Amino acid sequence: MNFDDTPQEAEFRATARAWISANAPKQYEDELRKSSLGRTVLKNANILEVAKAWQKKKADAGWACLHWPKEYGGRGSSPIERVIWQQEEGPFGQLSRMFIIGHGMCGPTMMAFAREEHKRTYLPPLASGEKVWCQLFSEPAGGSDVAGLRTRAEKDGDDWVINGQKIWTSGAHYSDYGILLTRTDPTVPKHKGLTMFFLDMKSPGVEVRPIKQASGASDFNEVYFTNVRIPDHQRLGEVGDGWNVSLTTLMNERSAIGAAVSTGFPELFEYCSSLMLDDGPAIEDRAVRSKLANWAVKASGLKYTSMRAISALSKGERPGPENSIGKLVAGSMIQDVATYALDLQGASGVISGEDAELAGRFQAMLLRAPGTRVEGGTDEIMRNIIAERVLGLPGDIRVDKDVPFNKIPTKGR
Amino acid sequence: MNFDFSDDQKQLRDQARKFLAEKCSPKAVRVVLDGKAPYDKELWKGLAEMGFLGVAIPEEFGGAGAGHLELCVIAEEMGRANAPVPFSSTVYLAAEALLIAGSDTQKKKWLPAIASGEAIGTLALFEGKGNPSRKNIKLTAANGVLNGVKKPVADGAIADFAVVAARTGSSGRDSDISLFLVDLKAGGAEVKSLTNLDPTRGQAEISFKDCRAEPLGAAGDGWSILTQVLDRAAVLCAFEQVGGSDRALEMGRDYALDRIAFGRQIGSFQAVKHMLADMYVSATLARSNSYYGAWALSTNAAELPEAAAAARISATQAFQHCAKNNIQVHGGMGFTWEFDCHMYYRRANAMALGLGSLTYWEDQLIDRMRKKNAA
Repeated sequence: MNFDDTPQEAEFRATARAWISANAPKQYEDELRKSSLGRTVLKNANILEVAKAWQKKKADAGWACLHWPKEYGGRGSSPIERVIWQQEEGPFGQLSRMFIIGHGMCGPTMMAFAREEHKRTYLPPLASGEKVWCQLFSEPAGGSDVAGLRTRAEKDGDDWVINGQKIWTSGAHYSDYGILLTRTDPTVPKHKGLTMFFLDMKSPGVEVRPIKQASGASDFNEVYFTNVRIPDHQRLGEVGDGWNVSLTTLMNERSAIGAAVSTGFPELFEYCSSLMLDDGPAIEDRAVRSKLANWAVKASGLKYTSMRAISALSKGERPGPENSIGKLVAGSMIQDVATYALDLQGASGVISGEDAELAGRFQAMLLRAPGTRVEGGTDEIMRNIIAERVLGLPGDIRVDKDVPFNKIPTKGR
Repeated sequence: MNFDFSDDQKQLRDQARKFLAEKCSPKAVRVVLDGKAPYDKELWKGLAEMGFLGVAIPEEFGGAGAGHLELCVIAEEMGRANAPVPFSSTVYLAAEALLIAGSDTQKKKWLPAIASGEAIGTLALFEGKGNPSRKNIKLTAANGVLNGVKKPVADGAIADFAVVAARTGSSGRDSDISLFLVDLKAGGAEVKSLTNLDPTRGQAEISFKDCRAEPLGAAGDGWSILTQVLDRAAVLCAFEQVGGSDRALEMGRDYALDRIAFGRQIGSFQAVKHMLADMYVSATLARSNSYYGAWALSTNAAELPEAAAAARISATQAFQHCAKNNIQVHGGMGFTWEFDCHMYYRRANAMALGLGSLTYWEDQLIDRMRKKNAA
């Protein structure tokens, strides 16, 4: 049992570290470090521009999308090298969030299902951050139940004509392309009538409307399709096989092993270490200490669970669905930690923004946290995944399984 | 990086699991649970023959000299099997105290006897209510003679010797405390069995009345040695707790697959699935924290105090959580004497107190984290 790199890993780490040290946009390091709570904002710069410039620099030097094949703009690295890169990139990795959907999900789906000429055309600019991609899956009627979507695609000559609406689409407002899951046959059970495409987000008939979130920020969008035409050669996979194609995408979603999971704990511990309560230092208070200790062991448990996964990668093993606990534990923890930090602030905890304690860091965390527990699968879906895929318990009973889609009753969002 | 046990260590784990599955069935555990024996003597002998008792004891003192990672692996299996033997008191507490502070003569006398299964040892620290603290130690030692009462003492009624924490000063400092070795079979100590939450591991009251004792470690070093012993035992117990958590989860999972109600396997209900998923989450966090503790213990790293406290808290919570919800999954059957669920529930709650309660370890963890941050 040790934390040492193999000689090859050590060499890779040294090379990566030297390059990052010489090239990273260090002027933003402190801001990026402090915005690790789902709120990446730069005061005097446009974050998208900074992110694109950093990604381009990495791509030009061969450090973009490390595990992708070289011909598609990657480096052909092993999974463990990718983890080492993430560790070394540290706070600058925050900038990659702009590309996480494209690099983590759209790219791999394109690699698995697109024509060779499309891969060579579209993947390198995606890897280098010149083009941004989004993923158009969720709909008002289909969030956790993705296969319940209703956006129609109808064949018209060599094209498909798309009508419908997507929602919760991260980054659609600055995306150039998207992968789109549609319903091509409503007369068969819901999983069987789906087809996947990719499209140019500037196509006529695509309208992106940002959604203002509870936090006040707008990271997500509604996307409307009115008679949008997509050529058949931009279809990914067979007609009616969209569900299987989307599973490839969703499976790639949990590729974030090794990336530090934010729990809010280091921030809370630091805060409590200097905070004075009415009766003395917070850190001397019995109740505060008990709360901190309980969160401390969750945070360290997640950290070392992730290290065990990295260790498996290092040995060439593939970590399994057991790693879905990260988001499940961290999501509700961020929410609880933020709530508690405000409780410690007493009545003044209600003040948010620049006038608040620590420039409103915990208030911002509180307002963003509900999203963390929902995006990429709700807590309940994560528990189902653990129960079914890790513990081998039966799947939920699905009453709509064998019913043609157009016969399933619908209501609500 | 290899943040995992080696193939050899995993092989040892398989060997221990197989041995315990054979020699330590729930039926065997019940002999002790039902009060028909104070501990499983046959199993204890078998563990000695397998070399498990002395796995971390150096070869020169009759052990296998393998190391603490190997001991962690075995500890996990002892917890999984709910073994009714004085393993933790003898191997984690008494042997570790000897390894840390014993003279050559003391090591030569007791360590080979532990490894061969001839001697059972324990640590006599507590004196009624309260957690490990200097001021809670009132038993006095003067001129090598002890006077006072210790309780609860784990496996005190079957132990051959005890490491006893005694007061030798009144300065209000750590140096007030010294440790002593007492041969419990030599007279001077009166032992009384106490009923306790987990009858598969006994507890006792030991009264020392002008009892002769030899010092263990230098006078005034007692508190510092105790802290080290407790930290090391915290990691080792955490592995027992992880093993127990896993077993309780497994029992709950199996029952949820087996039991049909409302025309379905109860494991198909989300309420049950999610309860089991949460058990898995707490067991996994505990395992990962314990691995870090194992690394710190085996390398004697400066991180050990913090790692030990984290492993202790995490594993205590996980075992209690899994054992309690295993009964819940089993419904009414889980609450019967006949089903094995309560054995793990008892063990989980007894182990939560044995080295000091969560309150104590939470305090330790925060103090240690502050110290690290200040450094």
